[in-house]
Amino acid sequence: MIIDHPLLGPRDAAEFVYLGDARLINRPDWASLDADQEFYEYLYLRDNPEGQHKELWYHEQGDRSWLVVTRNTFTHEIINVELAREVAQNSGR
Amino acid sequence: MMKYSVWNILKQGLRGNRDWPLMWREPAPQEQYDVIIIGAGHGMAAAYYLAKVYGVKKVAVLEKGWLGSGNTGRNTTIIRSNYLLPGNEPFYEFSMKLWEGLEKDFNYNSMVSQRGILNLFHSDPQRDAFARRGNSMLLAGADAVLLDEKLIQKMCPFLDYDNARFPVKGALWQPRGGTVRHDAVVWGYARGADQLGVDIIQNCEVTGFDIQEGICRGVETTRGPIKAKKVGVSVAGSSSKVMAQAGMRLPVESHVLQAFVTEGLKPCLPGVITFGAGHFYVSQSDKGGLVFGGDLDGYNSYAQRGNLPTVEDVCEGGMAIMPMIGKARLLRMWGGLMDMSMDGSPIIDKTHISGLYFNGGWCYGGFKATPASGYCMAHLLAKDEPHPTATAFRFDRFQKGLMIDEKGVGAQPNLH
Repeated sequence: MIIDHPLLGPRDAAEFVYLGDARLINRPDWASLDADQEFYEYLYLRDNPEGQHKELWYHEQGDRSWLVVTRNTFTHEIINVELAREVAQNSGR
Repeated sequence: MMKYSVWNILKQGLRGNRDWPLMWREPAPQEQYDVIIIGAGHGMAAAYYLAKVYGVKKVAVLEKGWLGSGNTGRNTTIIRSNYLLPGNEPFYEFSMKLWEGLEKDFNYNSMVSQRGILNLFHSDPQRDAFARRGNSMLLAGADAVLLDEKLIQKMCPFLDYDNARFPVKGALWQPRGGTVRHDAVVWGYARGADQLGVDIIQNCEVTGFDIQEGICRGVETTRGPIKAKKVGVSVAGSSSKVMAQAGMRLPVESHVLQAFVTEGLKPCLPGVITFGAGHFYVSQSDKGGLVFGGDLDGYNSYAQRGNLPTVEDVCEGGMAIMPMIGKARLLRMWGGLMDMSMDGSPIIDKTHISGLYFNGGWCYGGFKATPASGYCMAHLLAKDEPHPTATAFRFDRFQKGLMIDEKGVGAQPNLH
């Protein structure tokens, strides 16, 4: 798989480390009344879809940026690549 | 139904092998069953024990493809019970004992071959860790022997003992471990279950559940709706997809694991060998091919095929302990879908929906567990309580902090 890095251009996926579902960007509020339940769902439950999946990849052997990669889990086709920082900022964090 | 025996082989051989009956029927689905099990891998074992041990009469197994089309045909056929943690080890030892009596039990040759498994270690701390694991195995009634380098050299003269980075210092040996013919397991269970009246319905994909007021009353399938008092889901890599139809999110990610087999060679490996410094395991099939594998590719996948960097990584592991493997030519490679759970251990439990039961999260250790997984699932379906060896495999362990994390890497499925 080739990941088209927004800053560095196309890079081999072997340079990256995979973390998982990009929902991990949105950490629940520790002070919420349901924090127990929210953190359980955040940490342990996954949609795990067949098809389009937004996921976090870390460019460990490159510029060490976190990316949000939209990828098809059935065909391995990479549809979109964004900087995780920008995704987080755009979502209001 | 004809029993397989030497006498019958002779008799049928003299008659030109024309009168062997089919191993199982191909019934159309009935309107209603007591228990429906989705997935004919572990599920077939569950159906067999449900009918045989727990006396449940009307059981159906629904399979999306044909028997053996899923992970039954995509594993590396290794059996072992060399786990560390108390939640796991008694269960896997139960499975090992079932393997030992399996062929007589269901009258089918599954080629269970207890040729032993050697887990190599390469440093002093690793020896300590393996000694601890061995003691844990002994406590659970399994067998474990700590071997030093000289003994291994006698068994496996071909290993790279002089490897500068990862010298072989010894191994944890489980003599009762070994390999089994993978297809013949599900065929044996299928034939046994069929004889006990279980309906095996192939090419029947479940498309939804009939859930009313929190009670599961049956399933929707590509061959029409089927009612059932209880439904068990046992679909490995597709667990999240199937359970999403019941509105559930699971502590599971699906990952692809690749495996490889070489051309047939003369017998050269005494048993199963695993590399302690990387991730590589190898055994030799009865046809002579070296069957080996290593790590997951590491990203969510439903593709049943992997990428080349992992192939390279696995082969490097092989070359590091067993340079002779470089002379063998690769015959086939394939990928299977692993339902990687958040702590690397399985789940056999009820769900919050009455009448719906789940068996999954086997990660890449499902094959060895087949008999006990089926037995414990059958126990759960029949008695509504977990089998004594499977009490730790609960859904709520993640919420309660009772993880069974053999590797100690936390909620990171691609690292287990």
